[in-house]
Amino acid sequence: MELTFFIQLMIGIPLVGFVLSLIIPESRENLLSKVAFYTAGLNLISILVLLVLWAVEGFGAVNVKEFVLYRNPNFEFLIDFFFDRVGAVYVTVGALLTFLITFYSRYYLHREPGYKRFFNTVLFFYLGFNITVLAGNFETLFIGWEVLGISSFLLIAFYRNNYLPTRNAIRVFSIYRIGDVGMILAMWASHHLWHENVTFHKLGNAELVHEHLLGHSGIGLFISLMLLLAAAAKSAQFPFSSWLPRAMEGPTPSSAIFYGSLSVHLGVFLLLRTFPFWENQIGVRIIIGLIGLTTAVLSTMIARVQTSVKTQIGYASLTQIGIMFIEVALGLETLVLIHFAGNAFLRTYQLLVSPSIVSYLIREQFYGFEPKLKSVKTGLASRLIISCYIWSLKEWNLDLLMNRLVFRPLKNLGHRLDFLTYKTVLLYFIPTYVLGLSLLVAGIKIPDSVRVYLPVIFGFVALMMVLKAFSERGSARLSWILLILNHFWMVLAIAENELFAWPQVAIYLSGVIFFGISGLLIIDWLKRLTGQHGLHHYKGYVTKYPLVAFLFLLSALGLMGFPLSPTFLGEDLLFSHIHEDQFLLAGIAALTFVMEGIVTIRIFARLFMGATVDREISSLSSDDLALSKKNQFIKRPLAAKANSY
Amino acid sequence: MNQSKHSHAYDLDEILHEIRHYLPSQAPLKDFVHHNTLHAFQHLPFHQALKQANSQFGFKGYLSIAEYQTLYREKKIKGEILQQVVQNHFGENEANHWAVKILDSPAIQQTYPKVGSFRAHWKVDYHINLDKSIHPFLFRLLAAYLDQGISIWSFPVESTGFLDAIRQINQASYSSIFKGKRAKKLIANPKLNLTQLLEILVGREEAYGWYLFDQQFAHPGWSGMVSVLEDQPSSLLDRRPIKFEDLLIFECLLEIDALDQKFGENWIPIGVRFPHETSQLFETSLIEEQDLILQCFQEAYEWSYYDEVLAGISHVKPVAESKEIPSFQAMFCIDDRECSMRRYLEFIAPTCATFGTPGFFSVEFYFQPEFGKFHTKVCPAPVFPKYLIKETASHKKLQKDVHFNQNSHSLVRGWVSAQTIGFWSALNLVKNIFSPSSSALEVSSFKHMDPNGSLTIEHKGEFEGELQIGFKIEEMADRIESLLRSIGLISGFSPLVYLIGHGASSINNTHYAGYDCGACCGRPGSVNARVAAHMANDSRVREILASRGIEIPVSAQFVGALHDTTKDEIEYYDLEVLSEANLRSHHKNVGLFAEALDANSMERSRRFATLSKAQSVGSIHAAVKKRAFSLFEPRPEYNHATNSLCIVSRKSTIKGLFLDRRAFLNSYDYRKDPAGKALTKILGAAAPVCGGINLEYYFSRMDNDHLGAGTKLPHNVVGLIGVANGADGDLRTGLPYQMVEIHDPIRLMLIVEHFPEVVMEVFLANPATYEWVKNYWVHFVVIEPVTKQFLHYKDGEFVNYKPLSSIDHIDHLQDKLKDEAGNMPVYLIDSI
Repeated sequence: MELTFFIQLMIGIPLVGFVLSLIIPESRENLLSKVAFYTAGLNLISILVLLVLWAVEGFGAVNVKEFVLYRNPNFEFLIDFFFDRVGAVYVTVGALLTFLITFYSRYYLHREPGYKRFFNTVLFFYLGFNITVLAGNFETLFIGWEVLGISSFLLIAFYRNNYLPTRNAIRVFSIYRIGDVGMILAMWASHHLWHENVTFHKLGNAELVHEHLLGHSGIGLFISLMLLLAAAAKSAQFPFSSWLPRAMEGPTPSSAIFYGSLSVHLGVFLLLRTFPFWENQIGVRIIIGLIGLTTAVLSTMIARVQTSVKTQIGYASLTQIGIMFIEVALGLETLVLIHFAGNAFLRTYQLLVSPSIVSYLIREQFYGFEPKLKSVKTGLASRLIISCYIWSLKEWNLDLLMNRLVFRPLKNLGHRLDFLTYKTVLLYFIPTYVLGLSLLVAGIKIPDSVRVYLPVIFGFVALMMVLKAFSERGSARLSWILLILNHFWMVLAIAENELFAWPQVAIYLSGVIFFGISGLLIIDWLKRLTGQHGLHHYKGYVTKYPLVAFLFLLSALGLMGFPLSPTFLGEDLLFSHIHEDQFLLAGIAALTFVMEGIVTIRIFARLFMGATVDREISSLSSDDLALSKKNQFIKRPLAAKANSY
Repeated sequence: MNQSKHSHAYDLDEILHEIRHYLPSQAPLKDFVHHNTLHAFQHLPFHQALKQANSQFGFKGYLSIAEYQTLYREKKIKGEILQQVVQNHFGENEANHWAVKILDSPAIQQTYPKVGSFRAHWKVDYHINLDKSIHPFLFRLLAAYLDQGISIWSFPVESTGFLDAIRQINQASYSSIFKGKRAKKLIANPKLNLTQLLEILVGREEAYGWYLFDQQFAHPGWSGMVSVLEDQPSSLLDRRPIKFEDLLIFECLLEIDALDQKFGENWIPIGVRFPHETSQLFETSLIEEQDLILQCFQEAYEWSYYDEVLAGISHVKPVAESKEIPSFQAMFCIDDRECSMRRYLEFIAPTCATFGTPGFFSVEFYFQPEFGKFHTKVCPAPVFPKYLIKETASHKKLQKDVHFNQNSHSLVRGWVSAQTIGFWSALNLVKNIFSPSSSALEVSSFKHMDPNGSLTIEHKGEFEGELQIGFKIEEMADRIESLLRSIGLISGFSPLVYLIGHGASSINNTHYAGYDCGACCGRPGSVNARVAAHMANDSRVREILASRGIEIPVSAQFVGALHDTTKDEIEYYDLEVLSEANLRSHHKNVGLFAEALDANSMERSRRFATLSKAQSVGSIHAAVKKRAFSLFEPRPEYNHATNSLCIVSRKSTIKGLFLDRRAFLNSYDYRKDPAGKALTKILGAAAPVCGGINLEYYFSRMDNDHLGAGTKLPHNVVGLIGVANGADGDLRTGLPYQMVEIHDPIRLMLIVEHFPEVVMEVFLANPATYEWVKNYWVHFVVIEPVTKQFLHYKDGEFVNYKPLSSIDHIDHLQDKLKDEAGNMPVYLIDSI
């Protein structure tokens, strides 16, 4: 069928474009921008053709079974695509905006250091976007979802030698990762609900869904809520909202297209996509509506007090996305789609022309200024107004909330393990691991009453490894080793849970070992070269060693289970061995997975990003600081003829 | 900084004054004017100032050694010049030794600046990151208070100042700004002062100054803005009273609050644990070997170019002065962007004469356009005029753009907008990207004034406030006389004398004010040109002028005009006053101007890498014009990016030299000003204006992170007054990277044609001007008019200078221009 072909093109063209853009050398500015331009342009044309063909076929939903990546008797990893009107709208708006932005950026970024990186990342993002909106099942969608996460990180941290972009990129990535917990757990639960990797096509079958949910309303609710978590994080809904303005650190066009329009609307997409699944769960619909409402109300207030153009547009966009959540909850699919397209175009354009606002509004003020008449009210009303104003200015402390609820407790937990050092880790955990492993391999019978707890205990050890890695500041190597160990413990935990075949373990651990070791080598190399590898501050080695930085990024991605290393598949496999009643174990595994990602990307950022010459004094240790000051004031011998001129 | 001045204990007022002196003094965006970025160090010799700025604040005033070495390899630093510089520095005996040392010098280790090192102890030893927790909220609150129209809800309390506003909020809201008891109690105290807070925070009087320097220079952008606004409250159209001290008090309160949150109310003040002396901050930093190396490299870099220029001037063949009256005369601004325009005009219309004079044409006033609620200054920034000129026009519609309407940011109306305007945006976006055209978003120099409106040029007894509306006849004559005398045009008037101001057009450009005429305070010069032409055409004015020895024939008429330097277009004003004969020749001249504009745009296009050169002159000009309204074009034009010279001389002295748009050209005839009276005025303006422009480019290029604004691509407009990076960043001052990337950072060389004794007298009588020269913030060379010798200012006297370079002669300039994008050497040319 031609439709299938064109749907495949939607993935194929960006993929080819992305790979080409990687090969082209940095100096060929023109060629690079042409590749991006033609990639987006070709894609746009093929979409138009696709739309016509699709119209001829009568706008029916199309499912494309691509290929099976992995199969065993009770698990199948299937790449699958799906095209319906939701996908059609998203893919069209995405193609059009990307096309315009690539043309725009071709001139806008002219001579900017990182020209190539910019187009690489944009194309990578675009690839992820298309995979996500055309995905036919959760697994495929999750691949796209991960690509979006990492390319967002890279785009926000485009000015990677500056402190704020780097910090904010990590922040956004962390929130995205929290959303990923939702995705993983939803996938895990739905696997148990359907006993297969259900396609979205099947989800559209109301009877089938109804039949499966019958008697499983608990798990149904769980899946829906997890999907909502994923959607809310991606779309910056309450309580995750504060990441959106902080994502506006890259060049204006990238902020415009991604955080003004495409990226933030993907949460809405996920809800639209899974609508048939939770359609009949009234409770879920109410929650979605309420989250949307809260977001809309809060962010419109925050937008009103914003004094910078980009953040104002960001929050204004968010307000509309909140409303879209309400609309989705009400089941108004068509309206949502129109609303999405309009909002995406509007915000992109507003962001692109945002620098013009100075001259425009100053002119307006110059010709039309009227001093605002302030009615000085007293009493409750004015108190409320002032309070709302200040609360909005503080973004309703959403940032603080996330920190208090999520990150700080995790960090504190990690700090409990501060006694661990490089040596003690090797001393304690490797022998115990070997012990656990030999117990398993030797097949020694452990009383069932103990055995039941083993997976959770091992899982918990894995989690502690990651949390310690999270709070570790003194040594990058220790942090990294803990991350590797965490994978091993996780495997052990699952193996205790349900004997899973060695090939599956091999799939999982091959990635960990390969990328773990390559990362370790780089850290060691860096330590030998520069004599330091603490994680106290950003070191910015990317300027000096760009290639090594890239390799380390690959290692980090591999280790965190990005769809590049077999670990990605392994992690899915691993989850398939967690029983449907083991919520605690699933929770621990998911949390470990999330933190793993955050920690790896942070190690990458701290080693390779940030200021080249770290001139921030405060990054010195106490002794360094004292020394540097002493040097300042010791009069060094005068050079000959100083001040003679 | 004078050491003895600081030997006594500091009182806080003095410290505040010092901090403000060192902070960036950049006004809100709309009032952007170029100035010396390191103005606070201007009392020191240039190199000492750079050293001092480096050790105090970490500012970089030189290129890196590696960059200099590259320049040396590329022959942009010439070997023989470097040799000469080293000899001058170290004497002949040690020259070779030093030359080797310089060329093999390893990279220089950056030391940590003093400012910032005291307050760093919070992070290093108390393990608290105050900046991270305080800055974002502090910036937000300041921006909210000062906002000029971005936010929809305006600041909720009416107050007499920033601190008063905070206090009111603290009293009248459920949400508090502070968390801890102590800070809340402190703010409630109406007698709260800075000393109290510093006692808690620092605890040691000798260290207060250092601490405050550290604190404020952690966000120089906002501090500088507040400091400027305290001095020039009128920069905000929507007035917001604010005092620098308020900012300090508030920030100290936030710090105390944050510390209380972490440690309770019992912590040791930072100054007690880590004693510091404020006076150490200002200690003179001694010049070291590596500083000398940088100095030599920099000077060799500068003289490699200056030497060429002087050699070029020495090659100019003296032409016998023709007694004939030129076919027309045109006065342009001294701006370096007019340098090439004048060159082309003189080649295309060989019988014309051009002049350069500051683009406000000696008429200083405020301008209030029709329907304008305010007036804007249109003369050099340091001048405070007593006059106001109002425009009356029948209609001037303010173009609107729906995308800036704030409705789209609200909940319900935003919902409607998104689904309606949203699709309109899509169309607009496609249109603006593939076929850019003029729109409400652009800033156009021609929109500054309505060419069909009338101006209240003549005073009719009316006043507005302290300002006199219009000029009296006598006052007009004074100004025209001063204009004509300064350029030496006091006889031999052509039938048509053009006064051509200039402005620029751009879109998506937050620094638009920096692109217009510097002599008109960052506005286009159209009104000034028109006003000056009107005055000069007035018969009563001419009568007075005649009585003062300037006879302007009745047939001679003045025409005001505006040159848009981005689009290379000229608009002419008030043509209806021209006589029939003059109108006819004007129409002929318009064609010549148009030809010169085409050629000029062609020369400019060589700098635009994204513009294809393989097309006709007409298409190139069209493509150049398009840059003015292309949303995606961060470089509509390169502004002053190549400036490096200021030449005050007769045109004949430099006729036929190709100076590559690098020179400010001020016409001046020493023969008509033997006592140097006009010269005093010229230098009084040229040194600070041209020198200021030059040094702003210099420092923004040398240290784009600290003294410049960084790349403009991620800039985010804050409160309509400044730009920041992203959501939480400090305001950025200085010039963005895109404006300075092609700039060769060398100081300005001022070249004056006159007798050295006269120049020295001018210096001695004007210490402000002399400071620039004496401390080498500009290089100064005199051309002795009789012997044609070059005399270089050095240590209080003029020293003979013999240029070493040889100068090439080229026949076809435009061929050469087509394939060269970088700065070009000085050439002798006799055709285009």
